[in-house]
Amino acid sequence: MADRRRLRLFRGTRERGELKEYQVAAGEGWVVLDAVHAIQAEQAPDLAVRWNCKAGKCGSCSAEINGRPRLMCMTRLSDYPADETITVMPMKAFPVIKDLVTDVSWNYEVNKRIPAFKPRAPDAPDGTWRMYQYEVERPQEFRKCIECFLCQDVCHVLRAHAKHAEFMGPAFLVRAAVYEMHPLDEEDRRSYLRTAGGIGYCNITKCCTEVCPESITITDNAIIPLKERVVDANYDPLAALWRKLTG
Amino acid sequence: MASADIRTHDYDVLVIGAGGAGLRAAIEASAQKARVALVCKSLLGKAHTVMAEGGAAAALGNVMEEDNWRVHFRDTMRGGKMHNNWRMAQIHAQEAPDRIRELEAWGALFDRTPDGRINQRPFGGHTYSRLAHVGDRTGLEMIRVLQDKAVHAGLDVHMECTIVRLFVGGGRVAGALGYLRETGRFVLFRTGAIVLATGGIGKAWQITSNSWEYTGDGHALAYEAGAELIDMEFVQFHPTGMVWPPGVRGILVTEGVRGEGGVLKNAAGERFMFRYMPDMFKGDFADTEAEADAWVKGDRKKNRRPPELLTRDVVAKAIVKEIQEGRGSPHGGVFLDIASKQSPDYIKQKLPSMYHQFKELAHVDITTDAMEIGPTTHYVMGGVKVDAETQESTVAGLFAVGEVGGGMHGANRLGGNSLSDLLVFGRRAGLHAAAKRGAPPSIPDAEVEATMRDALAPFEHEGGENPFAVQSALQAVMQRSAGIIRDKSGLETALTELEKLKGRARKVGITGSREYNPGWHTAMDLRSLLVVSEATARAALERTESRGAHTRSDYPDSDERQAREHIVIKKEGDRMLVRREAQPPLPADLMQLIKEGA
Repeated sequence: MADRRRLRLFRGTRERGELKEYQVAAGEGWVVLDAVHAIQAEQAPDLAVRWNCKAGKCGSCSAEINGRPRLMCMTRLSDYPADETITVMPMKAFPVIKDLVTDVSWNYEVNKRIPAFKPRAPDAPDGTWRMYQYEVERPQEFRKCIECFLCQDVCHVLRAHAKHAEFMGPAFLVRAAVYEMHPLDEEDRRSYLRTAGGIGYCNITKCCTEVCPESITITDNAIIPLKERVVDANYDPLAALWRKLTG
Repeated sequence: MASADIRTHDYDVLVIGAGGAGLRAAIEASAQKARVALVCKSLLGKAHTVMAEGGAAAALGNVMEEDNWRVHFRDTMRGGKMHNNWRMAQIHAQEAPDRIRELEAWGALFDRTPDGRINQRPFGGHTYSRLAHVGDRTGLEMIRVLQDKAVHAGLDVHMECTIVRLFVGGGRVAGALGYLRETGRFVLFRTGAIVLATGGIGKAWQITSNSWEYTGDGHALAYEAGAELIDMEFVQFHPTGMVWPPGVRGILVTEGVRGEGGVLKNAAGERFMFRYMPDMFKGDFADTEAEADAWVKGDRKKNRRPPELLTRDVVAKAIVKEIQEGRGSPHGGVFLDIASKQSPDYIKQKLPSMYHQFKELAHVDITTDAMEIGPTTHYVMGGVKVDAETQESTVAGLFAVGEVGGGMHGANRLGGNSLSDLLVFGRRAGLHAAAKRGAPPSIPDAEVEATMRDALAPFEHEGGENPFAVQSALQAVMQRSAGIIRDKSGLETALTELEKLKGRARKVGITGSREYNPGWHTAMDLRSLLVVSEATARAALERTESRGAHTRSDYPDSDERQAREHIVIKKEGDRMLVRREAQPPLPADLMQLIKEGA
């Protein structure tokens, strides 16, 4: 049942690299990661690729497949015509370490700087809280984030303008939203989001939402409400009047 | 290779592995003001814990107030076929509720009951609804909460770092040597306390729910350092893994599907689990489909649980039997059907990632069609022999927790008891490791140099065999001869073949540089895989009975004389020694509790 498939993979480091073509005998139902593994096992044992769960739950195998940021483990070969060569590149918004592996350490630094969760005093004498399903559902959506960083990769603020020093990126706006919209949280992250977080850089093009493998509505449900909170905290009546006059 | 090749760090506590257990241990050790390093083989937050789906078992009594630690203890012991370390099972049942509530205080967002408390779902082998959960992504929630807690605790994280050897001096831990995947450079950690939290060994089989990381590194490191392993014959084959298409074979299908009412059917459409009720559980489960359906609909006082919620060992063996007797599904599994039991909206709300997984990977809509499933290697109950209170191994200063620790789950682990195990014993290991801090014995340079030379040997073997080929041959041996059903001749064959594979593994060759070279990583992982595979095969050969997850076709019955005996594995020179050791008997009050019900 094996089909011959052609893949072109980026091979190289941050200094230099090239696309190299491989052919594999693909089994039924194979995903791109299966093909990459087959190439690694049989033709190129030093081919660098990250992966863990192979079930779309850990967010390790992010790459750009035919130009689109995707998880290799959730992209079936059969999504592409049989005669099409599938090109796999490392994420562009981060420096290449080797082949398909990029240096994503910046993301972990960003996360560390987000002010930590701070719960209100417990509701019950036994030290527990009461929260209702309708209250937790909103932040639960953001908790689906698997830290694949595909939204960071596609975000033009990071990808095209390399504003890594000034903008935390959609992934960590989502993380901040977990805590900001957490029913128990009492920390105020608005000034952090406006300054070090650089939330103003986001001009809601929604590319992040489009590539999220977990279908988190990043822009509408996380970023825009955060922007509104930040604006509320920094409400300037003169600017508001100016906006009204100029439409 | 010069000493410039190596970076050296000094810590009070080194935690190896950053899944739930490692994170919880590191957080605790940090809270004790120890200088802590957390080392992980992958990126932070990618560990196997993210794949845990169903939930964490804790007798909170939020859904069914009859629940308490005694019932949880009894369920755990019966699920483990009375082979568990009773003290661990007791501590686990007693402390799990506090650990879950603590996660909430750290930001976890569990699903809620109507009155605003943590909701709990039913699961295999648990008398009452007991699993705190978040849809079917409980592990992801847990790891993210612990990850954020840890990064704000001020500990050091060394990502993509694989430890290849532990050093011991004068009978106590002195440090560990690892390599960084990115550069291929070595790192030496000098420390008097090490917590192993490296997970399991599932990559030794072909059909597995486990990732590349699960090569038994912690088991092998402990063994090489002189610690004892127990219960290595008990490997859990989860009843429900995907079977089709071949590319996804083995990927886990959560037990939550059955917890939410999913039923198992054979090719004839028969709900076969009613025919597989073990004597031990007779009377605890529904006799008829009508009773089981009423229970699923929520009438849990008057009706008993469906037989699909029997323990994993029982369900996995039943599925194998159905397939062997010709009643399997087209691709060699059986059917798991929730579509006929719950509404599409309910399924999507309670099992969103299962819905997504089947839709994307198998083009199956689980809200309308049945899934094809079959057993997949999932979890090893066996591990490093540890003290129940402290998690310390037989080597001073060396601790083991979570899947790499042995004893807690006996011959079969209940679903949901792993996530709670990680939290309860992770905290204890961190606490006691921090207490054990102190100036470590020195590590002779020559030992470090020799270890590095040995690790780099595959680069010298020009034209040597591909390590991926050897790994795949090993997986074939274990799948064939040390799988769900075993016998003497098969296990003896496995040992002979493993011996040959050891020779092949010594001669594997690597091309390319040391920078991020998966061929090299696989060559190193192979060494661990060979140790744990041999340990499993030897222990399985030694246990001449069937119990829990260990099934011998030549000894199909349980032998009560072996119930409380451990098979202990220890390194003696170059040989793997196997011996039996009696466990201390259960105290009378706990025994009574198990016999009479709680």
